[in-house]
Amino acid sequence: MQSELQIGQKSAVIARVLVNEADGSPRIEKRARLFDDFIRYVLLFCGIVSIFTTVGIVIVLGRESLLLFSTLDAQGQPVVTLGEFFTSTSWQPAGLKFGILPLLESTLMTSFMAMLVALPLGLGAAVYLSEYASARVQNTLKPVLEILAGIPTVVYGYFAITFMTPLLQGLFGRDTVQFYNTASAGLVMGIMILPTIASMSEDALSAVPRHLREASYGLGATKFETVSKVVLPAALSGIVAAAIVGISRAVGETMIVALAAGAGPNWTMPPNFFVAAETITGHIARISGGDLSYNSVDYNSLFALGFALFIFTLALNLISRFITNRFREAYQ
Amino acid sequence: MITTNGATALDLRHVKVFYNEKLAVDDVSIPVYKNKITAFIGPSGCGKSTVLRSINRMNDLIPGARVEGQVLYHNKNLYGDNVDPVEVRRRIGMVFQKPNPFPKSIYDNVAYGPRLLGIRDKRTLDEIVERSIKGAYLWDEVKGDLKKSGLALSGGQQQRLCIARTIAVEPDVILMDEPASALDPIATQAIEELMKELVKQYTIVIVTHNMQQAQRVSDYTAFYSIRKAEESGGQERRWGVLGEYAPTDQLFSNPKSEETERYIRGEFG
Repeated sequence: MQSELQIGQKSAVIARVLVNEADGSPRIEKRARLFDDFIRYVLLFCGIVSIFTTVGIVIVLGRESLLLFSTLDAQGQPVVTLGEFFTSTSWQPAGLKFGILPLLESTLMTSFMAMLVALPLGLGAAVYLSEYASARVQNTLKPVLEILAGIPTVVYGYFAITFMTPLLQGLFGRDTVQFYNTASAGLVMGIMILPTIASMSEDALSAVPRHLREASYGLGATKFETVSKVVLPAALSGIVAAAIVGISRAVGETMIVALAAGAGPNWTMPPNFFVAAETITGHIARISGGDLSYNSVDYNSLFALGFALFIFTLALNLISRFITNRFREAYQ
Repeated sequence: MITTNGATALDLRHVKVFYNEKLAVDDVSIPVYKNKITAFIGPSGCGKSTVLRSINRMNDLIPGARVEGQVLYHNKNLYGDNVDPVEVRRRIGMVFQKPNPFPKSIYDNVAYGPRLLGIRDKRTLDEIVERSIKGAYLWDEVKGDLKKSGLALSGGQQQRLCIARTIAVEPDVILMDEPASALDPIATQAIEELMKELVKQYTIVIVTHNMQQAQRVSDYTAFYSIRKAEESGGQERRWGVLGEYAPTDQLFSNPKSEETERYIRGEFG
């Protein structure tokens, strides 16, 4: 088909679509956009589902936790008060002792160990990838990191038992290091979290605009000065977010600690990283794996633990939000 | 206006710039006179910014960039084996096209350079900051609130803050890459007036798309233009060359080449 149109000449096609058929006037009247409305409600639904599940979980956790504190023993006294729950250093459901401290201590110890590994190494890897590596290295290593982040944690748990624990025992002696210990679990957890922190921090660093780096170099800054004084502060909110995701994963991680840290609460003061102990998550996993009757005290105590864990990560998130708002150097 | 040639701050000799082994700018040789404003003009893609960025070795930051030839500064070749680009940038400062203050306070923006040089004393820093901001004619607008973020300022103020930040380390030469192209006419005028003040203390090289601006502020003008060649396979290769260099009055009133004349008349570019 040969087009008769000259450049600059109007075709009638567009005009025909944009007029009212009845009188040929420009069509500017309101019209129903059902599909747009439909999409809007679908998206709203997605938002509501995520909010309501969260709210639902909190309600269930809270209600079941309350049952623990309202359970009475043979003498008509509560088996555990809120004060005892947070201050007692003994957790023995069989003996009706519900002090969260030994479990919380192990959770903090393994998380601390994990962050000791993951934060410096992850941040270092991120800075290397974003600021020092050539484009080729960057394009190879970043996907590898993201694949590492997807390894199932049970594999890491196995790795802790078969590699990290023997390594620690070799270094510090079998007398000092028990087979199950929080150090091994924590270190391996750090390796597990490392790629996540590296990848998220790298995203935050690469997002810092080039013109800020150029401004710094233009003033005679070295690479390290530019990274430490301009790029890192500008990327701080993303880096803190990465750290918080890392800590939350460490606190909530179950499989590695269940496999490698030990089975049984153990309060040590000062903290001993080389003995077996059980984290909050590890305890929940072990107990709920056994035969446990509904509405028993043991059963309710697990919800109290879960609720405490939830409050803990929530607090972390709030603190990090405060930190980033206070210290970050927003570049846009 | 200017007839006698004073001392040079820089001497570009047969400067060629390559990106990934492709010639970007061919054989530029010009002097940059002390306490004068030298303007680089020319159509987009003529390499004027590329040459500017080769003067303080900013091109080193671009992977694949390579410079041949010499940029002489105090009789030392800035591309000599024994030259540290970081040190070069401390002596030859740069103001960019888009105002790029750090997301830090006004004070910290200006104190950034001096702190890099190891100045830690609060009183000394206060003095430098005040003197630099005054030198960029920004003091009256910000003196009450040096803790405010540099990004909270208007575009023109941000650019003057960037100039204050540059002069805080008292460089010999200030390179300006289209410093007013992102600004409105009033802010542009402020920057131009500032340049005329600064040139008493500093040597300035400015890249500009605006020929009136080059005429208004500069003492010397280098006009760059584009050369094209057919490569095997029918692809076109383009690179920049120095078209003409002369005192600004002379270049605009009596250009030697027809190409320069057509460009300054606005017939292409």
